[in-house]
Amino acid sequence: MLFWTTVKASLKSLLASAMRSFLAMLGIIIGVAAVISMLAIGTGAKKSIMDRVTAMGTNLLVVRPGQSGSHGVMSGTMQTLSLADALAIAREAPGVRRIAPCVGGSVQLKYMSQNSRCRVTGTTSTYLPIRDFKIAQGRAFTEPETDAYARVALLGPVTVDNLFGVNDPIGQDIKMNGINFTVVGVLKAKGDQGWFNPDDQILIPYTTAMKQVLGLDYLGEVDVHVREGEDVNKVLDSITALLRKRHRLQPGTPDDFNIRNQADMIETFNQMAQTFSILLGSIASISLLVGGIGIMNIMLVTVTERTREIGIRKAIGAKERSILLQFLIESMIISGVGGLIGVGLGVAAAVAIPYFTTQFVTLVEVQGILLALSFSAVVGIFFGFYPALRAARLDPVEALRYE
Amino acid sequence: MIIHAENLVKTYVLGGSTVRALDGINLDVQEGEMLAIMGPSGSGKSTLMQIIGCLDRPDSGQYVLAGEDVSQLSKDQLAEIRNRRIGFIFQTFNLLPRMNALENVELPLLYAGMSHAKDRAAEALRTVGLDDRMRHTPNQLSGGQRQRVAVARALITNPAILLADEPTGNLDSKTGDEIMALFHTLNEKGRTVILVTHEADIARHCRRQIHLRDGRVVDGMKVG
Repeated sequence: MLFWTTVKASLKSLLASAMRSFLAMLGIIIGVAAVISMLAIGTGAKKSIMDRVTAMGTNLLVVRPGQSGSHGVMSGTMQTLSLADALAIAREAPGVRRIAPCVGGSVQLKYMSQNSRCRVTGTTSTYLPIRDFKIAQGRAFTEPETDAYARVALLGPVTVDNLFGVNDPIGQDIKMNGINFTVVGVLKAKGDQGWFNPDDQILIPYTTAMKQVLGLDYLGEVDVHVREGEDVNKVLDSITALLRKRHRLQPGTPDDFNIRNQADMIETFNQMAQTFSILLGSIASISLLVGGIGIMNIMLVTVTERTREIGIRKAIGAKERSILLQFLIESMIISGVGGLIGVGLGVAAAVAIPYFTTQFVTLVEVQGILLALSFSAVVGIFFGFYPALRAARLDPVEALRYE
Repeated sequence: MIIHAENLVKTYVLGGSTVRALDGINLDVQEGEMLAIMGPSGSGKSTLMQIIGCLDRPDSGQYVLAGEDVSQLSKDQLAEIRNRRIGFIFQTFNLLPRMNALENVELPLLYAGMSHAKDRAAEALRTVGLDDRMRHTPNQLSGGQRQRVAVARALITNPAILLADEPTGNLDSKTGDEIMALFHTLNEKGRTVILVTHEADIARHCRRQIHLRDGRVVDGMKVG
C-alpha cells in the first residue's frame, strides 16, 4: 500500500536526521505538556474549590455585615449586624432550622511552653452541624456553658498537634491571649481549604469571645441553616426583609448587610476557576503555536533538501496529491509523536506537581488530553501544509536538475 | 507507431532574451526501435527528452504517445502517463537513497495504485540479474548495480518506451558496456529504447541516430 510505504519512508527520513526531528518535535512536546499540566492545575483548582464549598455544609446562608460586593471586609469592621438580629432571624424568619452567630479573630495560644497563633471563632454549638464539623474526641460546648460565659474550647486537629503533640488535650487548660480555657473537645479533620485551614482553629462560645477575648459588640457573620425542602431563595428574601425592617432602611437605600447562598458561591468560584483554566490554557497554547512554527521551519528545510527526491518521485509517476500527502504525513508524525510524548510528560508533571508544592491540586481529565492532542494534530496539518504544498507544486524538470 | 511528434516548439526566457530550445521538431518512432538522440549541449536534446518523457509540455506542436495525444494534458495526467508509459533511466541513477532495491523498484507500482507489488518488483530485479541484492540500499551497491536497479524500476510498469539519459555517463567503460548489452537484450525482446547521449560510442549501439543542433534535427532518419 502506498500509504504505509509513505509512512515507513517518512519514519526513515525522520530517523535519518533524528536530532533535527527531535528539535522540531520539542516545541510540540513542550506545548502539549504545558497545556495538559496547566489544564490539570485549573481543573484541580476547580475541584478543590467545589470540595471546599460542599464541605461548608448544604442549605447554608451566610449573613454578613456590609454591602454586597464588598468582599474581603473584615468581620467586626462593619458594625451593623447585632446579636439581636441573629436571634430575630432564628425566631421570626420562616424556614430557618437553626442559626449560629459568629465572631472571628486571631489569637495567641499557649500550652506549657508551646505557642501557636490561630484563628478563633466565637459561636454556638449549632455551628458544628451547620458547617458540617464532627467531633473526633471529647464533646462540643453546651448552651448553658454559652449562656454562662464559660471558658471552654474546641480545638482543630492541627491546632492540637501544634500545642500538645502526642499528649491528650481533653481537660487540659490552655491560655488564649492570657486567659485560661479548658479544652473539652477536638474536631475531626476536614482538610486544608486554601484560604484558611479549618483544622487549625479554635471554637469557643461567642459570649466569651465577644466580651472577654476579642472585645466586640457586633457579629462578624450569622450562619443560617435552612430547613430541608424549603426554598433557599425565599428564606433569603424573608431574612432580607426582616433585617431591612430591623435596621430601619428606607426603600431605595441599599442593604447594609449581604446574604450569600451556596449556589451563588459555587457559581462565583466556578467562574473564577473557569477564567483561571482558560488563562492558563491559552498561555500554554501559545507554546504549542510556537512549536508549530518550528515544524514549518524544519519542513521547509526538508522540502528544499529533498527537491531531487521529489523530482525522482514525480518522474516515476507521483501526482501532486501523493507528494502533498507524503510531506503532510511527515509533519503529522512529528506533531503526533511530539504530542504523545507531550501527553506523557504533561501527565507526569501533573502527578508530580503536588509533591513539590502544596499550592496546587492537579486533576488530569481525558478531555484535556484529547484537546491537547487534537490541537497538536491541527498544528501539524496547518503548519505542515504550506511546505507540503510547495513540494507538491515543484516542477519535475527543475526538481530533477536540483543538486 | 509508438511516438509521433509534429512541429514541436519550446521556448525559454533566459536573462531577458528568448531561446528557442526546440524549433519545430518532427519525430516518428516505431515500436521496437532502438534510437539515439545526439547533439552537443545546448542543442535541445535535453528539452526534447523532457517532452518525450512527459516531464514538460511543448509550447506548440503535437505529440502522440502510444496512440494518445499528450501534448496538452494537465500535470496530474502527465504524471499518470509517466507512470504507465515511460521508464526513465538517468545518468545519476536517481534511486531513493533510504529505500532498498526492492522498494525502489516497487514504487512506480504503488503510485499506480497497486497494493501487492513486491512480487513483480522481485521479478523485475531478477530480469536485470540482481536477485541477490534486493535488500541492499543504493549506497551498498556498485554504480553498475545501481543502474540495473534503475532499469528494473523503469521496466516495472511495462512502459511503451525506455528513455535513458546518458545512462553510462557515470560508469566505467566495462560496466557501461554491460548496461548497453542489457538495453540490447531488452530491445531484442521488443522494448522500444530511446537513448539521449553526446557520446558517439554509445550512439553507435543504436541502429538509428538523430542529431540535433539549435533545436532542429540536422541529420535524421539515418538508418544503418
